[in-house]
Amino acid sequence: MQLVISFETLFSENLAPLLVKALVVGLLTAVCAAILGVPLVLKRYSMIGDGLSHMGFCALAIAAALGVSEGKQMLITMPLVVVAAVVLLLLSESGKIKGDAAIAMLSTGAVAAGYVIYSVANKGAGDVCSSLFGTSILALKSADVTLSVILAVGVILIFVLLFSKIFAITFDPAFARSAGTNASFYNILIAVLTAVTIVVGMKMIGSIMISALIVFPALSAMRICKRFKSVITVAALLSALNFCLGLVFSAVIQFKFGHQVSSLPIGPCVVCFNVLTLLLCMGIKAVTDRAKGKKALAKGEKNK
Amino acid sequence: MNEQTLIRFENVTLGYEGMPVIEGLDFSIEKGQYLCVLGQNGSGKSTMMKSLLGFLSPMAGKIERAPGLKKNAIGYLPQQQPGQADFPASVKEVVLSGCQGKRRFMPFYTKADKALAEKNIELMKITHLKDRSFKELSGGQKQRALLARALCAAEDLILLDEPTAGLDPVVTEELYGLIDDLNKKEGMAVIMISHDPEKAMQYATHILHLGRRMLYFGATEGYDRESVLAKEREV
Repeated sequence: MQLVISFETLFSENLAPLLVKALVVGLLTAVCAAILGVPLVLKRYSMIGDGLSHMGFCALAIAAALGVSEGKQMLITMPLVVVAAVVLLLLSESGKIKGDAAIAMLSTGAVAAGYVIYSVANKGAGDVCSSLFGTSILALKSADVTLSVILAVGVILIFVLLFSKIFAITFDPAFARSAGTNASFYNILIAVLTAVTIVVGMKMIGSIMISALIVFPALSAMRICKRFKSVITVAALLSALNFCLGLVFSAVIQFKFGHQVSSLPIGPCVVCFNVLTLLLCMGIKAVTDRAKGKKALAKGEKNK
Repeated sequence: MNEQTLIRFENVTLGYEGMPVIEGLDFSIEKGQYLCVLGQNGSGKSTMMKSLLGFLSPMAGKIERAPGLKKNAIGYLPQQQPGQADFPASVKEVVLSGCQGKRRFMPFYTKADKALAEKNIELMKITHLKDRSFKELSGGQKQRALLARALCAAEDLILLDEPTAGLDPVVTEELYGLIDDLNKKEGMAVIMISHDPEKAMQYATHILHLGRRMLYFGATEGYDRESVLAKEREV
């Protein structure tokens, strides 16, 4: 095996326009996932993203089996995943099946069904693999960029406009209800926005990789920020930065096995950078906590 | 209902899915009153609280609200919730969220909202903490911040659900003093669900004692604890 670092892909005539499209859609998805991730993580709903992304895999299988063209797949996947989000929330709110059990059920059931559908439709392992882990730069096809951009910008706008309500129902649903805020409506809204984000991003990032974009930036930002607004802002920035790093990394690093050239898929690269960022943020927190502890100790001794 | 009445319960029965939890609620809360609600666990205190907040409709009887008391204008201080312990939010953000019921369709808080939050932060004597993170506060400081938030939502009435649970005696005393000031100086009517009959009798103007029905309602002076407890044992 030979490792090749080539900056040519970034500037080649064939790939550069695709890369720009990937950058636009990817950045928007990364930001959407990060800002939605903060309330999801704080509400202990992190697994919703995971459940929905597995449903996304199943939806992609159905679209592939129906032979829907690349650009129109979202017409099939979007309604399926959004309906799954609403059903998931209603199920767990009604208390008939507890939230975590409902999600575990959906995750495994959807992946199993998806795999069966891929097999029945006679699609190879390559299709299964790319819908789970995302595409590489070399296999990138021009998808429906316009629709993705409209949807992602819509998610961000709704989030910003309803920011104060989202804070209220995340921090204290009982108080929010007493002040006349319909907490279950906003819960469902957050789940639907999450579903939209997952559908927009899953072709490129991969359906099971995308839920990492929901939890990692939120967790990293929560290590280093103390206010809700700054947690959201920092999560969005970290997520955008890590997407850029992951995209460039996957474009630049190539492996040669004899004559065969392969490159890394984008999704796992982005997720790896997110993992590194979280470790870094945990490190920063440990160091500052220690410094604070020492300061408090010194102050205490002085007072004696 | 006279002009001073904020909420009136008329022979109300409350319950879930056709099963009554508490019956015969017949009382009213008037402007400036300080009502303590006593009773053991399972006596129907929290069920009654839900109906006060409008989460639960009565199975029988009638709950009347003063026309001036809008449904969202009760300042509510819920029991502490475990999820809040590590929540990243500044005190200012928490207090400001009390204004959410006021302007329902405005996406952002206005200057008036911010001024109201500022005023209530001052009233609760936590101005020095307003930029601090909520999770770093002590138990008593957290309750003051949440009380300031309740005041942002409240116009005439606040509803406190065991506000001193888990606080040490000194901090408990301070919080009672603060609530008493709100009642006497600001004229805010207070309903407090409490597990502490001594404090209730010290501060409240009225007592409501529940035990799956109304065991006592009236002025604190007329509350004979021994005979109410005897009634409670009969139930």
